[in-house]
Amino acid sequence: MTNPLTPGIAPGRLSAEALAENFADLHAPLEPHEAAVAADRCYFCHDAPCVTACPTDIDIPLFIRQISTGTPEAAARTIFDMNILGGMCARVCPTEDLCEQACVRETAEGKPVEIGRLQRYATDTVMAKGDHPFTRAKATGKRVAVVGAGPAGLACAHRLAMLGHDVTIYDAMPKAGGLNEYGIAAYKSTEDFAAREVDWLCQIGGIAIENGKALGRDLELDALCNEFDAVFLAVGLGGVNALGVAGDDVGGVEDAVAFIKELRQSPDLAALPVGRNVVVIGGGMTAVDAAVQSKLLGAEQVTIAYRRDRKAMSASRYEQDLAASHGVKLMFNVMPKAVQGNGSAAEIELEYTTTEDGKLKGTGETVRLPADQVFRAIGQTLNTDAGLEIKDRKIAVTGPGRTSRDMVWAGGDCATGGDDLTVTAVAEGRDAAMDIHARLTGG
Amino acid sequence: MADLTTDFLGIKSPNPFWLASAPPTDKEYNVRRAFEAGWGGVVWKTLGSEGPPVVNVNGPRYGVIHGPDRRVLGLNNIELITDRDLQTNLDEITRVKKDYPDRAMIVSIMVPCEEEAWKDILPRVEATGADGIELNFGCPHGMSERGMGAAVGQVPEYIEMVTKWCKQYYSKPVIVKLTPNITDIRKPAEAAKRGGADAVSLINTINSIVSVDLDSMSPHPSIDGKGTHGGYCGPAVKPIALSMVSEIARAPATAGLPISGIGGVTTWRDAAEYITMGCGNVQVCTAAMTYGFKVVQEMISGLSQWMDEKGHTSINDFMGAAVPNTTDWQYLNLNYVTKAQISQDDCIKCGRCYAACEDTSHQAIAMSEDRTFSVIDEECVACNLCVEVCPVENCITMVRQEPGTVDPRTGKKVEEKYANWTTHPNNPGAVAAE
Repeated sequence: MTNPLTPGIAPGRLSAEALAENFADLHAPLEPHEAAVAADRCYFCHDAPCVTACPTDIDIPLFIRQISTGTPEAAARTIFDMNILGGMCARVCPTEDLCEQACVRETAEGKPVEIGRLQRYATDTVMAKGDHPFTRAKATGKRVAVVGAGPAGLACAHRLAMLGHDVTIYDAMPKAGGLNEYGIAAYKSTEDFAAREVDWLCQIGGIAIENGKALGRDLELDALCNEFDAVFLAVGLGGVNALGVAGDDVGGVEDAVAFIKELRQSPDLAALPVGRNVVVIGGGMTAVDAAVQSKLLGAEQVTIAYRRDRKAMSASRYEQDLAASHGVKLMFNVMPKAVQGNGSAAEIELEYTTTEDGKLKGTGETVRLPADQVFRAIGQTLNTDAGLEIKDRKIAVTGPGRTSRDMVWAGGDCATGGDDLTVTAVAEGRDAAMDIHARLTGG
Repeated sequence: MADLTTDFLGIKSPNPFWLASAPPTDKEYNVRRAFEAGWGGVVWKTLGSEGPPVVNVNGPRYGVIHGPDRRVLGLNNIELITDRDLQTNLDEITRVKKDYPDRAMIVSIMVPCEEEAWKDILPRVEATGADGIELNFGCPHGMSERGMGAAVGQVPEYIEMVTKWCKQYYSKPVIVKLTPNITDIRKPAEAAKRGGADAVSLINTINSIVSVDLDSMSPHPSIDGKGTHGGYCGPAVKPIALSMVSEIARAPATAGLPISGIGGVTTWRDAAEYITMGCGNVQVCTAAMTYGFKVVQEMISGLSQWMDEKGHTSINDFMGAAVPNTTDWQYLNLNYVTKAQISQDDCIKCGRCYAACEDTSHQAIAMSEDRTFSVIDEECVACNLCVEVCPVENCITMVRQEPGTVDPRTGKKVEEKYANWTTHPNNPGAVAAE
């Protein structure tokens, strides 16, 4: 039996019971009474700041009022009208940086209305019943290809299907869902929620999903443009940046996204190996998700090493505190210099950084940490440009996701504009769908 | 610390907080615990005539209007007078009064409108040693169908007649409890006074149906699919009660008649307000039924603190202090001009003032791109809606326009001197000022 102190990378550091507890729902769903109490706190603001802060513009005061009057189903409809992935967004949105940060009760008392949890209460109520609150419009005879079954692709496909178009979604992975299925910490999407949400969403009808089809490998944009009336690209960012330091190819230096993906698909977490000493390089949500989950798997020491200061970290303060509360050590102003180890990682050398004239540079001072496993969470890259104009290493889009090629739209992480958030991807997919619809119907 | 002792009709109590005649004062067990908790007095739950007691429904008796977080705002009940044997009640009253001589013990009575019925019960009540009686002319449900309660209270002549009997057959103070289910509360109060009442107490509960069950289509509380109106009380009725109290306190025919104030007293502040409106004490029910007897502790400490802060040494110091300031609309000063002012430091930018003013009032609040809300003095009629809908107390206040300045809404100079509707040029019946 291994334990957190077992050297190297090893599975089974914790008991099955401990693992089950560690990977349970991060926030328990609200009970009806809790939801009533939470909903009562909403002031029903005029032109509410929370709505402005929501990338999908959900009418938050209205849905909370609907919960407070005992109609969570109507609340869910209000949410889904704007955000068909409202269930997942309720779980993964950094609400502390979005709606809840804008909540006037945050201003007044430092305690915002629990918008995220209320949204989950409403959406769970409807999804638990299996009800799908939308029906398809009369068939238009138009066909649209959506490449990528992540949040942007799903949101676009649902809206197009609802408007009467026939949609085929192609996805490179064996399962639909994109980062919802493969890229989010397990404790944020328990009980196979991502897959259940895709099934629920597809109840609208008119959506066919073909898995194992990647753009540039199995599909070509020219062919898609010939076969379909319009194409929406939501392929995400499949590539991972390398560390670019000595020893970054030794064993134990891994891609954080791949680690999370493996963890999410693992039928038995006790069989999933993790290092005793884990160092995560990066400062985003992926870094936090990888670090916290390493700790939850039983790693003894987990450190997030970020090259800039705390303020610059793209993971929210809430996420940082979540990591810290799980025993993850946060190091700021350090960048990797070398990974040492004979065939496999044993130690990482970090160099302190400073910013001069807006440029980050090493100070020359270094520190060494034991590291059996080093996760790269330093950003992802576009795998294929599909012959489209590229800007800032993403597919360049204007307005509602229009690319440089006629009848080809793009959205989500692969396209320019917006934060790389689930909720932003949903908004982009939805808005592109409306634009595609307008074009296809001669608007 | 201020002296909260009250002397109401010669009945002394350590504080002005009495429990009203209602379920909390139904029996010895409750009343002893209430006195231990600190209540100054109780009005014992209404007694009926000798004989088989009334029966209550065996289904739900109460219904409630809730505010946010299920705060009880209004309580409706269909319970009748005591459903316990008369002698049992009388024995208990005797024992409790003997053990708590410093507390006020009032016995509420409701018997048929026949002299014999009153003549029969009054000596027995007198024998308990209780300090006085309260005539229940108010209950709007159940008993009123049998010619008692509100059925008496709605006919001034009956009030006068029964009050006279009570004064004839009972030697101690007689308080007449009034029903609010009447057009002009001054009429029954005058009748009580004519009958010789020592005081009136008001209000009894208001006819009410709190809700309808949308599945069974029955009013709530539902008794096997049917409901009936009940009596409404609690914080929601306080404004109605306070107004009725003010009318009796102001009317020349009843001015000076002692009043026991009842209706939604929940905190010390409510009690202080009733007293300023002319009440000698207050009676409480819903607050106790919601929070238990302990709630009186806050009433005592709060009233005492406020009196100390204001320099009042006894209840009498401020009793009736608001009565002279309660007037008719026609005498309000039309030259008193105010404008809303929003404290930007306190504003949390919810925009409720804007929504309320823009949609339902005078379009007198401006909203900027960055959600700064400000009052447009040219439009503000000082209606106070923004003040009241703002979630932050004192964030929006009404500021008086200095006499001599120009009101930007009317373009007219703000006059210093008082002027009201009776002399206003728009009033067809205006009397020219001399």
